[in-house]
Amino acid sequence: MIRSELIQKIADENPHLYQRDVERIVNTVFDEVTEAMARGDRVELRGFGAFSVKQRESRVGRNPRTGDTVQVEEKHVPFFKTGKLLRDRLNGK
Amino acid sequence: MGEKTLTRMDLSEAVFREVGLSRNESAQLVESLLNHISDALVRGEQVKISSFGTFSVREKSARVGRNPKTGQEVPIQPRRVLTFRPSHLMKDRVAAGNKSGG
Repeated sequence: MIRSELIQKIADENPHLYQRDVERIVNTVFDEVTEAMARGDRVELRGFGAFSVKQRESRVGRNPRTGDTVQVEEKHVPFFKTGKLLRDRLNGK
Repeated sequence: MGEKTLTRMDLSEAVFREVGLSRNESAQLVESLLNHISDALVRGEQVKISSFGTFSVREKSARVGRNPKTGQEVPIQPRRVLTFRPSHLMKDRVAAGNKSGG
């Protein structure tokens, strides 16, 4: 399923809404999650999962082609942990 | 960083502000969005949201695990797990937003 199919499904269930409003709704939800993580916040959606930011320490890396050592700076990466309900549903519980 | 935890309520509040539906209907739409994503994943589909990321279901085979506390071996059944791969855009925004001193 891709974004446009998700929008279509929600639009089909809500015939009283304009398609462009459904698009705005879906985009707003995803943008909110990204913006929260960009601020360093967590987004916890019980039963579905939680989005959080993990810190990766700086380290000395290596260019795999040349073998040269390179300093890799500390960085922050997005992380998702599946919620218990969804994990159980995936396994038919 | 890591100051706040947002919930469904914050997402529906954002929808409410953005589109001007009632708070109740905004909450229902957020719930419906999460349900559609979950249902697709349970059917085994990949869910690909451009500029956000991709949720995919992976099959894990059975293995022998170990209780880390007691050291006892326990069989782990084959199972399906969900992985989320953030888009480049999300990675860049999260990295830029959390840069120390930036």
